This record gives sequence, C-alpha cells and structure tokens, in this order.
Amino acid sequence: MVEHGDVRVVHKGGSKINFREPALSTDSRFLLCASGESVKVFSTATEECLHALQGHTDLITGVLLRPSNHLQAYSCSLDGTVRLWDFTDGILIRTYSIGYPIYELFQLVAVHLPQCGEQLVEAKELSAVLSNISSNPAASAFGREVRIFRCLEVYFFKNFFLKKDNQKGGKNTFTCITCHPTEDCIASGHEDGKIRLWRNFNHRKEYTYSTLHWHHSAVSSLRFTPEGTNLLSGGVESVLVQWRYNQESQRDFLPRLGGAITHISVSPDGALFCTSHSDNKITIIQSCVKVSAVIQGLVKGDRIRTDLMIEPRSKALVLNGKPGHLQFYSLQRDKLLYNLDIVQQEYIHESGLEQFEVVMAAFDASGSWLATVEERKQKAPELELNLKLWAFDDQKQSFVLNTTISAPHEGRITALCFPHVSDGQTTMLVSTSRDGHFKAWQLAAPGFIKFYLILKGPSWSCDFLGAYHSLVPECCCFSADSSLLAVGFQEVVTVWTPASWELLTTLSQPPGAVRDLCFGRLSCSKYLLGATTSRLLCCWNLLTCSLEWVTSMDVSLLLADPLSENMAAFCFEAGSTDLFVFKPGEPRPLFSHKALCSGRVTHAVFVPREVMLESCDEASQWLNCSHLYFLTQSMDLLTFITKAEEDKLTASSKQLVVSDDVAMTPFHLLLGKHRDQLENPQAESRLSVEPIRQPSSSAGINELLQMPAHVLPSASFLCSMFVQSLLISKEEEMESEKEEEDSDGEMESRISRPEHMPSGESGCAAPALTKEEVRELRRLKKLDHSWMKGLLD
Amino acid sequence: MASYKPTNIPVYPKLGEKVTEETLYWKNYKTPIQIKEFGAVSNIHFSPVTPYNFAVTAFTRIHLYGLLSQEPVKTFTRFKDTAYCGRFRSDGQLLVAGCEDSVVRLFDVSGKVALRMFKGHTKAVHVTDFTSDRYQILTGSDDYTCCLWDIPNSAQLNTYQEHTDYIRCGVTSQLNRDLFVTGSYDHSLKVFDARVDKSVMTINHGHPVESLLLYPSEGLLVSAGGRYVRVWDLLKGGQPLVSLKNHHKTVTCLALSSNGQRLLSGSLDRHVKVYNTTSYKVVHNFDYPAAILSLALAPEDESIVVGMTNSILSIKHRKPSEEAKETAGHQRRRPSYRVYAHRKSYVPKQDDYLVSKPVRQHLAKYDKQLKKFNVSKALDTALETWIRGRKPEITVAVIRELDRRGTLKNALAGRDEQELSRLLSFLIANLVDARFAPVLITAAEMILDIYQSIIGQSPVVDKQLLHLQSLLERELDYQKDLLEVLGMLDTMFASSLPKIELPCSGISTSNGLPQGQSTASRPQVQVN
Repeated sequence: MVEHGDVRVVHKGGSKINFREPALSTDSRFLLCASGESVKVFSTATEECLHALQGHTDLITGVLLRPSNHLQAYSCSLDGTVRLWDFTDGILIRTYSIGYPIYELFQLVAVHLPQCGEQLVEAKELSAVLSNISSNPAASAFGREVRIFRCLEVYFFKNFFLKKDNQKGGKNTFTCITCHPTEDCIASGHEDGKIRLWRNFNHRKEYTYSTLHWHHSAVSSLRFTPEGTNLLSGGVESVLVQWRYNQESQRDFLPRLGGAITHISVSPDGALFCTSHSDNKITIIQSCVKVSAVIQGLVKGDRIRTDLMIEPRSKALVLNGKPGHLQFYSLQRDKLLYNLDIVQQEYIHESGLEQFEVVMAAFDASGSWLATVEERKQKAPELELNLKLWAFDDQKQSFVLNTTISAPHEGRITALCFPHVSDGQTTMLVSTSRDGHFKAWQLAAPGFIKFYLILKGPSWSCDFLGAYHSLVPECCCFSADSSLLAVGFQEVVTVWTPASWELLTTLSQPPGAVRDLCFGRLSCSKYLLGATTSRLLCCWNLLTCSLEWVTSMDVSLLLADPLSENMAAFCFEAGSTDLFVFKPGEPRPLFSHKALCSGRVTHAVFVPREVMLESCDEASQWLNCSHLYFLTQSMDLLTFITKAEEDKLTASSKQLVVSDDVAMTPFHLLLGKHRDQLENPQAESRLSVEPIRQPSSSAGINELLQMPAHVLPSASFLCSMFVQSLLISKEEEMESEKEEEDSDGEMESRISRPEHMPSGESGCAAPALTKEEVRELRRLKKLDHSWMKGLLD
Repeated sequence: MASYKPTNIPVYPKLGEKVTEETLYWKNYKTPIQIKEFGAVSNIHFSPVTPYNFAVTAFTRIHLYGLLSQEPVKTFTRFKDTAYCGRFRSDGQLLVAGCEDSVVRLFDVSGKVALRMFKGHTKAVHVTDFTSDRYQILTGSDDYTCCLWDIPNSAQLNTYQEHTDYIRCGVTSQLNRDLFVTGSYDHSLKVFDARVDKSVMTINHGHPVESLLLYPSEGLLVSAGGRYVRVWDLLKGGQPLVSLKNHHKTVTCLALSSNGQRLLSGSLDRHVKVYNTTSYKVVHNFDYPAAILSLALAPEDESIVVGMTNSILSIKHRKPSEEAKETAGHQRRRPSYRVYAHRKSYVPKQDDYLVSKPVRQHLAKYDKQLKKFNVSKALDTALETWIRGRKPEITVAVIRELDRRGTLKNALAGRDEQELSRLLSFLIANLVDARFAPVLITAAEMILDIYQSIIGQSPVVDKQLLHLQSLLERELDYQKDLLEVLGMLDTMFASSLPKIELPCSGISTSNGLPQGQSTASRPQVQVN
C-alpha cells in the first residue's frame, strides 16, 4: 500500500472561455471572461491575458461590469458568492455570500447587494424576481427603460408563445432576446432562423412585430449596439450579421469566424464587438465589421478523437481541436500556439452533416514527421479514409503536407505508431485496421520510381502488408529500440521484426482480446505489457517468451513514460478511475491513487519536464522526469503536482502579486526587469540593511498603496492609522535615523560630487550635528579652501 | 476569419504507362511536323556529313530536306517511274537511287541531272548502296540478282545470282570495301565477299526479309522480316542471337540510335518500337497514324523521321535541353528597365511602415459558385464540356464536395432533358472508372431516385439509361471474372509458398502459465 501523500491532482490550463458572455470594459481596452474558477482579463489590443482574478472556488457563471463604476466588475459563481473586483489591478474588493449556486447574473441585480464597507458581506435578502426561468442565459434580457414588471411580462409572453408553438408543432421557439437601448423595441431570435422585432410593447396588447430572416438555423445570440443603430445576430453558420435598425434590408456580413457563435457582446462605447464561439474562442471585432483580435483557448469538443500527444520539438500538447484541425497547445503558458489544418476543406457550418474528422495522429521521436488519419463516415461501406504524412519545415516552423494516401485501408484504422528511433530519420510507420491487416509504410528517397510515378521529393508508400489468421488487429507498439513490433490481434499478441517482417512469436492470454500494448523502457525493455478486455493486465518476458505476471484490473489506458521505466495504468473500478504507477520489473506499484475522477480516463500523456525534479520522496519520485496529464470524461485537463512544486508555485505567485503594479505583458517581462534593476539597487541594499518594519504594518501599507484611491475610505480616516503604522519603537528609531542620514548623505553627494568623501566622513564623525549645521560647515570648508589657496600663492 | 478553402482536386496517378528514364528520353520530342509527299515514302537516308540533310524517296521523286526546314532544299525528279532507295555516299557528295524501270541513277547532290546511269538489271532495282571505298555501287533487283558497279566508268563489275526471289534489302560494310549483305524474299540473308564469286555465308531468316542493319562494329547483323526482328552474330558464323516478336504486322524498317544502345523498328502495324540492345526488351513505343514504311534517326537522335504508306512524312525534333530552355526563358522574362524601374529600385527603409496589399484569392468558377452556395450552378460549371471531357476528376471532385455538403440532391434535381442527358453521358463515360466509382455511384443512385418518374417521357434519356444499365451489367460480369481469377491465384500461391515454422510454436505451454501458478507471481497491486 502506497500513500498518495503529497501528490495532488490539480486542474491545469485549458479551461473554457466561451462558457458565458464576455464583458468589455467601457474604454474597450479590457475584456473580461469567465474561465473555469477564475475571471481572465485580456487586453483587447494585444490578445494577451493580463491577469486572472482568482478567488472563486467553483465554476464562474457570469461576469458583469458594475454599472456605477466602470473600473469594477461583478462575478458570480456556483459556489454561491458574488464578488466585486477591480479588474484593472486584479484586486478582490468585496465578496457577497448568497448561499445558493448562482447561474446567471442580471444587469439589474436581483439580489440586493448591501452597500457596506466590509470585505465579506452576508447577503441574505433575496428577492425572488423571476422564477422558473429557462437555464439558457440568452433567453433573458433587461431593457433599460423597461421596468421590472415589464420584464416579467416579457417572460410571460414568452411562455405563452412557447406553449402555442408546441401546440402548432412549429419551429419558432425563442432562443434569445434583447432590448433596444432607447426605443420601445424587443428583438427575439428563433429556432427557425428568424429574428422578430416587437414594437410598442409598453402598450398592452397593441404590439406589432416584423420579421427578419437570414440565418438558416437557430439564432443563438442577438445584441443591439449601444446607440441602437445596429442589431448584431449570430448562429451556427458562424457568420456575424449586422442589421441596420429601421433599414433591415441592409446587412453586413462577417463570414467564417470559426465555430458556431454562442454569445455576442458589445462594448459600452460601441467601438468593439466580441463574439464567443463554440470552439472556445473569442473574436474581437471592430465596429466597422473587421476582425481585430482572436483569443483562442484550448479547443475541447464533446470528445477527443486523437490521443493526447506531445510535439517533441516544442513540447506542446497536441490534440484535435477545431473540426479538421490539430491544435498545438502550450501547457507552460496555457496558450494555444497554432492550429494545423489537416483536412484542408471548407467546413460547412450546419448541424447533422458528416464531415471529415481527424481521428488519429502520431509524431515520430524527433518531431520531423507527423502522421494523421482523417475519416468521414457515412455508411460502413462508404467510409472515406485519408492517411496524411506531414514533414516539419524548418523555415516555416510548421508541418507541411508531404504525402496523402487516400483509402490506406479498407476498414477503420485502429492504431498508428512510429518506431522510436533516437538518432537519424524515421523511415517507417505502422498502421493497423479493422480490415484485418496491418501495413508498414516506408519513406522512399527522392527520384525513386514507384508505380507509374517518378517522385520528386521523399514520400511514403506501402512496404509490407501483414495479417494473422484474418483476425482484427486492435493495437500495435514498437519496442524501445524499435527492433520489435508487437501487434495485438484480438486474443493473440504477435511479435514481428521490422527488419525482415518475420513473425517471431505469438503470445496470448485468453480469454479476452488485447486492448492495449506497451513495451517497457530502459532496464525493463524486455517486458511487454498488455491489457485485455477480460480485466487482466499481463506482463510477458520477451527473453523467455513466457508470462511474467498477471493481475486482475480493468485497465482503460496503459502508458509508458518515455524517460523512465515507469508505466501508468488507469483502471476503471466501480464508476471511477484509479491510477497505478509501477515498474514492470517490480512487484509493488510506486504510486496509486484511488478514485481519481468519475468515469473512464481514455486519454493521458506523459509530458517530459524541462527541468528534472530531484525529489527523493518515494511517492513522488515517479514525477521527477515527466508530468502526467489526463483528460477526464467531462473533458477536464488534470495533472499531478507534488507538494514541493505547489509551494514553489504559490510562492512565486505571491511575489508576483506584491510587485504587480504594472500589467504583466511581454514588454514588461522584457523591459520591466531591466528598469527594476536600474531603479532598485539602492532600494535593495536598503532593504537588506533595514529589517525595521513589522511585517504586519508593511503589509498594511502595501494594501493601502495598492488599493485604488476611489475605493478607499476618506484620507482623514486613514491618516492616523497610517501614521501609527509608520511609528517605530525606541531602539529601532536610532538605527533608522542613521539610515536616513545615510540616504541623505547620498542625496547630498549628487549635489556636491567632489566633496563626497569628506561629507561621508563628516557625517560619520559628527553624528550630533544637525543637517543644517553639516551643510553650513561644508560650505565654509569649500570657501575656506579657495580663499586660503589664493592667500598662500 | 479564415479565407475560403477551394475544393480539393485529388491527383490520380496516370495509369497505363510506366515512366522510366527511357520513356522520359524518348518522350522528349516536340509534336511531329507532317509533310505530304507524292506517294508512299519508301526510304529515308541521312547524309553522313553536316548539315545532315536527308533524302526522302517517295514515288517518282527524291526530296532533300534540311534538318530544320519543312520545305525540300532540293528535288530530284528525273525518274521515269517509282524511285527506290535514295542513299548518300559517305562524303555526302553523291546520291544513288534505284528505279522501277531497272536503271540505277547516280546524282551529284548539287546538280539535277544524273551523272551516271547504270543499266543492266532487267527488273526494278530496290536496293542501292555505296561500298566503303566510295568507288563502287551495290545494287539489288527484283530479277533475283545483285551487282557491283564501278562508278568512274559505270561498268558492271560482278553479278551474283544466288537469291531465288526479289532482293529487297542490302547493306554494305563500312569497314571492309568488299563485304556486303543482301536480304531477299526467299527468306535468306547472304553475305558476299567481292573477292570471291559466291556468297560466303547464308542465314535463314524464316520470313521474306524486308530490312537489314549492320551494327557499327559489324559483329552483329539485324534482319527484319515478317513480324520478326532477328539478331545474328556474324563472328560466330551467323548464329542466331535473339529473335524479337513485338509487332503484330510485318516489320518494314530498322534503325540504330546514335550511340548504338537502342534499336528501333518500324512496322505496318503503325508502331515504332525501341529496344535496348543489351537486354533486347522494348523500352519505348511510338504510335503513328499510318503503316510505317521507312524510318531514320538524325545523328545524336536530334530528330526521328518516319515515312508512311499514306505518303506522309513525319519529323519529330528533340526538345531543347533544360538548361538551354532556362537561359532562354530567363532572358525573355527580364523586364525592360523603364517599365519596372519604380518598383524595383524602391527598397523600404527601416522606419517605413509597409502597407501590405491584400492578396486576392483566385478561385475557379465552380469554387466561386460553391462559395456562394449556388450548388446547381456549381455543378453546371463543373459539367462544362471542356472540364467533363478533359478533366473528369474536377467534375468528380465537385460532385464529391456537394455530397459532403449534403446538397448533392438539390444540385442534381430540377434539370431539363438536355442537362440530364449531359449528366448521364458523363456517368456513362466515368462510372466504371475505379477512381471515380465510389462518388459517381452515389450520384447515379440519386439521379435514378429523382428522375424515376420521368422515365419513358424522353427517348434520349431512356436510351442513355439503358446504356448505363448494360454498362453496369458488363462491369459486374468483369468483376465476377476477376474475383474468380483472384481466388484461383490465391489457391495457387497458398500451395506453392513454403510453410513458415514459428520458432515458438507451443503457445499453450510456454506462454500462458496455468492460472494457479500465475497468481503466485502476481504483484501485490492492492488499494485501500
């Protein structure tokens, strides 16, 4: 039994930024969006994340600017609190505890927020304004002119229509609604792609409506610009449509924005729009309908088809992102590096359409080749498959399509792997398929004549076609030195030598098909591990061709750390997943963690560390070479972190908070450090000499200085407190005075440079003299000198 | 905002012809120049000296052409009847030709009137040649005799009456002035030595001999007759070396490429075949529009000249080599200074702000329509006659794209008789192509679904549908036959391949430990 001790599972990066509508600051310089448990503040000009407002302990469900103060924003969360932030400086101002999970924050805050000066406020006065509201946040809107009861009416009216539609069986259910800022007009979007403008709403029963139609499927978001001159709408088509208010035949389009538009928001000054997309992206658009910036998060669809992979060159996490693309995501910086277009086809934004999807990808050991498989499944006999091989281009610093093999197999491809060649070029790729074959693909040199073509550059072609008793191969794996290839044909594991493509041996452990195969690394390279569907994990010794050990566990994923002998097995047990980390040669697991998360874990990856950890703690030793990242069924990217690392991280983040009076931009990182060095040599030396102030008081001062002036109580109230904190006890006073004199002396030295040394001496020799006296003395001395000299000559 | 991605047109490998170094070499000729002669072109001979003019014997005339001219530079017309076998002397000064009227005429290349007339044969003379000492002429005639003539006094030196049928080909040795070979319709080749009175070697070709060729080394002799090309080793006393049967009609002419590495043969089956002279395999094949009577290659293979029965002379010139073309192109492309000076000379300075001009994406017509979601129009554009005929892969790619977008049915529907018959004719032409079948079968099914109600209303469409049906039935039969063949081959391979013994045969013993035993060695993986 191994304790999991100080190793903890943490969320790591890649949280959703399109979950709720983002908020643009009044001056259009900042964009706030809810991202998991924090609110991220982006600069609209540079797309850079300035800071994350952290404090909530559960999913944030809404961000809203404070109407009365344009530098503050509210955020609400499922943890039952509403927090007020100063988002330019990233400071939590106030916390309102509501006590219930909040799903949506309204502009006219239904929860009465007491105006108190204290940090933590218990808000218990709830006024239930609306009940039974649909959980879709787009389905509610508040007009500025409309009073609350009008809103109620809107709601009832909506309810009424919903019922009516259900009777008719029509498709014009409401999907979103928005109010005109100045006029008596409400726009509503519908399931059938129509937009209705309802007018004269204040007069009971006399409303009229007009219909606008451009979208072919449901309108998912609607917004009026602040002046009310334009109406923006978006939907699945991923086209932002700008309608002129009162001239609805005039439209502007902004097509091909990416995924389906989920939210549109408009900055209060109307200069910028921003659209959130279903592919975890926020697009910032200038009011002239021109894209100015794109903020892209880690794209997580409903499921990941490819495995998680690490690009060997940039150490970026690779998985499929936008439809038909592979995304390269930097884990260190929590930022999407780029998307690689694999399918290279126009994506048609229409639901229910079968499109090409990237289902498999593999990198070779040096990162110079990438193999991808895309498939488009209609009916089983009409499966369209493409195997593409991409070469890394040093000039473009990206992958360039080298070979496309259409219909590489007759059935779906089940596994794809490159051999681990440490030095030199990879020239082989193995793919296994449901058609009962595995194929080895070979890199052919340029000028090589194959079939009716003369090849101009290096390209790939089929080298070997293998099969075993017409069984279906499910998985394949190369040994650490690439001298052996193991292919799992249902219950049988076949071992081949890639040099001559001979079948060397077969291994099996019936019943149950082999689901996962993995060779040991380094000192354990003689072991071959296989997980079977009959809840067994088997380890074969390849030297004796016999079973070394077998254990009963339902392994859903088996992984080998590329830098050590360790292997990780994710086991599915009673609705949740357990993790075991072990060495194939040793009987006891190094680490085990029960009930990691609910559901099966099917995607995980070992990410090599940049700096090796030197932890000798037994339980965390396995994390020395690599991180282990995994994706849960709910598509959360999690990782393991050791206590030591965590401490280091929190320490560094605290440091950041203290010195973070400037926005952390790349510029700051470049120049700020330099400037700090210029500014602070004195300050640093001073700090090292004078440990005078009590930590409590210094923190208080820091807080006082960092707090923006407009949120502070009046100066008269603070003054005495501040002065109190500056007061120093008796024995320290002497020291500090001396310090002060020292600094004064330095100041002096700038004025009277030639006299620097004597002044220092005088300062030291005569501590009893006051400053004025010293200065007088100095002047006299100077005068004396010149005069005396003149006399002597 | 991403730009529109155009439809992906897959590149299919060209089927039917293997690309080798050889084919690249022989493909590197321009489109042939065709010249109409007065009758069937019976002989072509290149002058051995520059400027490598060539003599074309056709009907009653011999034309001299320059290597690059399309008009004859000189014409010899003083023949009473059909002329045969106009050949140059090795210095290129004299030209000899036989004639149907049994007179052999000798011309100066610069003159018009025959210098000498050799009279002695009684029937048409089909073979004439100079000996290597330049002073004698060999002739062969339909009166079964061949003669040697002296040029200066136009006297008959020797007559050989050994053949028993028409003599239609002959060649003199270029190394020995006394040796010559003749081939006759009596199926035999005879090697003569002028120093003795009779033939020194007789070789049986087996068919009427149409053409003869001596290798530059003169160790090997090539004869063509019937459908066969045969190579004989003269140094081994006329031993047969190889027999080639690659034509399906009579082989009429032979030629060697300049370096002696390739042998060319022309035939009445309208093909010229190129053989490798080391392996005697066909490495390339030229097609011509009519039966080939004569064939010649310019020095260094600069051009291939072929004469045909339909009196057309076809001249193919070699394309200029790559680097020559490159330099020429470079010179041509260089812009004049005046026009481009203002663009070329201005280099942006360091502080300059470069305003990049948006690059306008060029889209094909069908892509423009697809971008606008005009599916029917896109399909119409892709079905234009030019695209449909020349590049069916574009049409198929557009159909595939429409299918992917789920709008193929909309695009196919609502067509009138003319448009529908256009669609159907495209299907008939390409449905059974293995490259296009998966896409087109879907389209064909949809067309049948949409238009089944109008069957019987238009005779044109009905006819095409019937044609399509018979095409499919034929294709099914083919596939069935192919599968049968595949099955037969499989059984043959299975029985002929040796069985491979696995080194670790005992799966049950060595690998799967008994269950009880394995529990003992099971590691202690337990969780609290």
